[in-house]
Amino acid sequence: MPDNPHSKTAALTTAQVAHVAKLARLEVAPGRIEEYRTQLAAVLGHIAQLDAVDLAGVEPMAHPFESHNRLAADIPVESLSIEAVLMNAPAVEGRFLAVPKVLAEGD
Amino acid sequence: MTSPAHNTPIHNTPSDMTALRDAVAAGTTTAESICAGMLAVTTERNTEINAFHEVFAEHALEAARRVDSDARAGRPLPPLAGMPIAIKDNVATTLGRTTCSSRMLENYRSPFDATAVERLAHAGAVVMGKTNMDEFAMGSSGEHCKWGPVRNPWDTTRVPGGSSAGSAAAVAGGMCAAAIGSDTGGSIRQPASFCGIVGLKPTYGRISRWGLVAFGSSLDQIGPMTRSVRDAALMLDVMSGIDERDSTTADRPPTELAKTVERPIEGLRVGIPRQYMSDANDSEVSAAVHAAADAYRALGATIVSVELPLTDVGISTYYVIAPAEASSNLARYDGIRYGHRAQLQPGEDLFTLYARSRSEGFGPEVQRRIMLGTYMLSSGYYDAYYKRALQVRRRIKQEFDQAFTACDVLLGPTAPTPAFGFGANSDPLAMYLCDVYTVNTNIAGICGVSIPAGFAERNGKNLPIGVQLQANAFEEDRLLRAARMLERALTATTGAHAPRV
Repeated sequence: MPDNPHSKTAALTTAQVAHVAKLARLEVAPGRIEEYRTQLAAVLGHIAQLDAVDLAGVEPMAHPFESHNRLAADIPVESLSIEAVLMNAPAVEGRFLAVPKVLAEGD
Repeated sequence: MTSPAHNTPIHNTPSDMTALRDAVAAGTTTAESICAGMLAVTTERNTEINAFHEVFAEHALEAARRVDSDARAGRPLPPLAGMPIAIKDNVATTLGRTTCSSRMLENYRSPFDATAVERLAHAGAVVMGKTNMDEFAMGSSGEHCKWGPVRNPWDTTRVPGGSSAGSAAAVAGGMCAAAIGSDTGGSIRQPASFCGIVGLKPTYGRISRWGLVAFGSSLDQIGPMTRSVRDAALMLDVMSGIDERDSTTADRPPTELAKTVERPIEGLRVGIPRQYMSDANDSEVSAAVHAAADAYRALGATIVSVELPLTDVGISTYYVIAPAEASSNLARYDGIRYGHRAQLQPGEDLFTLYARSRSEGFGPEVQRRIMLGTYMLSSGYYDAYYKRALQVRRRIKQEFDQAFTACDVLLGPTAPTPAFGFGANSDPLAMYLCDVYTVNTNIAGICGVSIPAGFAERNGKNLPIGVQLQANAFEEDRLLRAARMLERALTATTGAHAPRV
């Protein structure tokens, strides 16, 4: 990890933004990468103020309450019907979700 | 401080929901006439205000007639019998669509009702329609909506606040008896402040999130948006309590605040965080907080100054945690099972199907936050951003705990300004900074409420100003009783309450 996220954010590059878009499965038009870079860099620059907070010995808090896993009783319950599950599908064939062919011959 | 003037937006609605409910039960009015009146206001005003995306007029009238028939037959009426309630469009309803004001879900129909909606319906409420919002609840103005911007009923050249924009505008505009919104960083309280209504963000875990489209799962809460504090108490009573379908609901019985909300708190200690009285607040906002403090003093409460030094750091903490959780939650929209699917050209691959579906389906602010979250969770940055923000989160919680040793409730502004104009915060970071007084409530998981407390005049129009009260986790009884004390005092002295014409 970077020693100083500060310097990293200041140096946010268009290549990094393009990489993040790819990780996030977003198709960002090349003409808009620079706009996103500027906006994201401004936010990251602001967030750098977190570096100034003294956090020695402070445990991370992922959730408002230190709750324990709550287990449901191990009893089968009725779930959504296939019709209900498929009612919002972009494409359906019979009782299946239909997707375009995405593998080339020989894949 | 001025009194409500010519631009008073609520009409046709002589009273709050509790009074309407009582009038129906007493037979002095009918649920049908209340519902028909609100539908008429909606027909007249929604084209301009754009609070509702869908209105279920026939359904609402039929449900209201059933209540009237029960009342005539002398059958006991449930607590919200016949009350038309508006539902934010990120809360699942089997009626109509649940779009999150996004192209991604523009045709999405939920096969189930959210627990909160189910409980409202069980209490006799009538689901009147679905309200517009900032897309996926990301925004503080109501401008980033697939179905067009929502307008503030007090001044239609200004935003209603967000993200629960339509819910706030519908209540303020007299289009419904009450509404529900969701609050991840202020999305109930800030629009409540801008629209002159009451908005409650309950303690994390009070109300089930089952059926609430996930944004920041450790921050999100559903809550009431109402004309009065007692209405908020009544709705919380109906919606709260453990739900087996949401393992993060608190294992506590439903609240019974409607019973106690009218009872003032003896010896109330009100803390004003020094950091909340910033020079950056508009002068009328600080004046409203001072007037509220004076009102409490006159009621015998003690005002104490407290310190919340990490107030300003809240925005940074929030804009790590919320986008990180959002980037994970919104990964489910891939164009396969539901939601928008892009058309592929021959030879294009699966990656393109995912990426194009998402980029066509999500608006720019949603994509910005997904990228921000993805970046901060990516290899090499996790410790620098996410882990660090979670550490600051604990410090913020500790500061609140410390402050609550000296006082029962905290008092301050809900937002630094009254409603701003369209496009005034077009820079994303400037928009984020509007949430400075509300995000820490969610970060710490405590409860907060905004209540109307005054007006600022801009261009000859009165714009409402809200003040916020916060209380520690599961202290809603204390929070709403303190809010009711202030509401009663301010209504008497400044007429600052949500107007009743």
